[in-house]
Amino acid sequence: MSSTSKRMRVLVATGAIGTAMGLVLAGCGARAGDDTAGAGSSAAAGCVDTSGDTVKLGFLNSLTGGMAISEKTVSNVLHMAADEINAGGGILGKKIKYVQEDGATDWPTFAEKTEKLLTQDCVAAIFGGWTSSSRKAVKPVVEKLNGLFFYPVQYEGLESSPNIYYTGATTNQQIIPAMDFLASKGVKTLFLAGSDYVFPRTANAIIKLYAAKLGIKIVGEEYVPLDKDDWTSQVAKIAAAKPDFIFNTINGSSNVGFIKAYYDAGLTPAQTPIISVSIAEEEAPAMGHEVTGNYASWNYFQSLKTPTNPKFIQSWKAYPNSSGVTSDPMEAAYISLYLYKALVEAAGSFDVNAVNAAAKKNTITFDAPEGKVTLDGENHHISKPGHIGRINADNQFDIVWASDKFIEPDPYLEGYDWFPADIRKQLTDAAG
Amino acid sequence: MDALIPQLLNGSAQGALLLLAALGLSLTFGQMGVINMAHGEFLMIGAFSAYLVQQVIVASDLSIPVALPVAFVVAGLFGLLLEVTIIRWMYRRPLDTLLVTVGVGLILQQAALQIFPSQGVPVEKPRWLDGQLTILGYDWPLRQLFTILLAAVCVAALSAWLKYTSFGRRIRATVHNRDLAETTGISTRTIDRLTFFVGSGLAGVAGVAASLIGGTNSQMGAQYIIPAFLVVAAGGIGQLKGTILAAWAVGVALAFFAYWTTGSLAQVLAFILVIVFLQLRPQGLFTVRTRSLA
Repeated sequence: MSSTSKRMRVLVATGAIGTAMGLVLAGCGARAGDDTAGAGSSAAAGCVDTSGDTVKLGFLNSLTGGMAISEKTVSNVLHMAADEINAGGGILGKKIKYVQEDGATDWPTFAEKTEKLLTQDCVAAIFGGWTSSSRKAVKPVVEKLNGLFFYPVQYEGLESSPNIYYTGATTNQQIIPAMDFLASKGVKTLFLAGSDYVFPRTANAIIKLYAAKLGIKIVGEEYVPLDKDDWTSQVAKIAAAKPDFIFNTINGSSNVGFIKAYYDAGLTPAQTPIISVSIAEEEAPAMGHEVTGNYASWNYFQSLKTPTNPKFIQSWKAYPNSSGVTSDPMEAAYISLYLYKALVEAAGSFDVNAVNAAAKKNTITFDAPEGKVTLDGENHHISKPGHIGRINADNQFDIVWASDKFIEPDPYLEGYDWFPADIRKQLTDAAG
Repeated sequence: MDALIPQLLNGSAQGALLLLAALGLSLTFGQMGVINMAHGEFLMIGAFSAYLVQQVIVASDLSIPVALPVAFVVAGLFGLLLEVTIIRWMYRRPLDTLLVTVGVGLILQQAALQIFPSQGVPVEKPRWLDGQLTILGYDWPLRQLFTILLAAVCVAALSAWLKYTSFGRRIRATVHNRDLAETTGISTRTIDRLTFFVGSGLAGVAGVAASLIGGTNSQMGAQYIIPAFLVVAAGGIGQLKGTILAAWAVGVALAFFAYWTTGSLAQVLAFILVIVFLQLRPQGLFTVRTRSLA
């Protein structure tokens, strides 16, 4: 037996161990879910103790693993909002005492930590999550235990839950404004580039339907796995298709590879501009000058001129561990804590059912950095202004378009006649 | 048909990057039998070195050529540190090395996350890499040509080093028969350390190339480690020419599959090919004949 084949056996064994580890982890995940279901509502309510002068809240963000690059900032801004609220007297006169948990970029962990926060730490509400997968992991747990979860990131919509409040945009507040902007620019052909997971797939399904209505032709559609940076092959196809605009639903570091391949292929914002829904003030610096001149669709930009934005920016810049710039998901996280404060104070209680009843009145508002947002008590989303920004040399966004008024949230796109009921059902089922 | 040339060139460049990532592994895994799962993080260290060099030498025209040797030395020193503190206790326990180095990789990732901006840092491409070279009507990005040239230089330097220097001869002697090498007076400990330094340093060079293609952040190493191991295995362990051929074949397969199907499916199809190939030919493309009895 030569040493070579011995090494090969080691490698094969390594592969086997890797696979086995994967299976064990998957098994654990499934079991954790079962336990959660088993724990049932017996542990719900009653465990939250607000008799003292503090209220316990849970922050659940990935501080380790792949998503930490985005979620760390959300965690920091939640801490800042909690400090601000405490300095202003707390919620119903009670100071916030937060428990920070690490979701570790692992969805079963999100489910387990949610259960831990609700049943062991007895927090009154949980704030955090980023990926839709993390939200989908938390959802059954908060529903079973009748907890509250505040989710701060734009997402693919087609969801609502009595136990979740969504402070980021749903599709009709980000994707549809972006398409309206393209139509206003007279765009005739569009290329769709996205990461391969639920948000880009769902967003593109919606984009294709709306594009047909607007008379915009989709000339291509490409997906690359989230963890792959090299877009060269796909960009070659985009260059060959020569679209008027590229609609970019790529997420994370893969965006850097996409922008670099775009620039290297000789594509320019003057001829083939990109509109993105995941590149904000935080992400743009990592892409260098190659991204300058392209567009992004968000509700909040640091460059917005609203009464409360300067204070938000200033507080964040002065905050320890600050990244120095503010962005849409951060602002949505900031809103989420203040929205909770407004809800509890309207309800006069930290009780989940009382909070939901207060929401139902549709009178909860907050003077957010993006403007005065109103909570929809039925679908638990908030009204938002649509904005399109153009990336300048300082990696800030010049506002080039704004919706004429605040857009009411419509997660199931029920107010849009071009969105057929059978597709709604199909996409909702597919998203789980 | 008009896709033939573009995808062949694209694929060759993808293969070149894969080769750069796999070259160091073919030394540390192929020659020494160490499964170093932190190799991807050494690549990340190389990319961050390029960023740090750019903070000192602002002109990117100059900073990238300077960054290449710097990344080699910095990543190499990290590799040396890993060898001296951990790996050397585990030469007879390859599976333990695997687990330990996965842990080391996670520690390095988290360290990078704490030190650098969490979204990653920009590494500016030199201006002389802006633009395209037109080949048969296809505008080929110069950056891809650079990746291929860099891989070629690294391969040439490595094989010359292994073939013509006394260190290289001693490495080969140790690989062929460690006990016999020791009896002839070769310090196999020194050889191990040096091999690990060079192998990790090559990951650093790969990191500079990767920083020009994708993002430079704490997670970047993860996407290269598994394909690099597969390339080394498919090429035949301890065989440089096998690694080269396998990296190129995987790169070209990825490019063509990505063109014919989708970016996601291409990954699946290319690695199914590698796995099927390893089933049919478990020893890889080329094999080393050794005189050891083990």
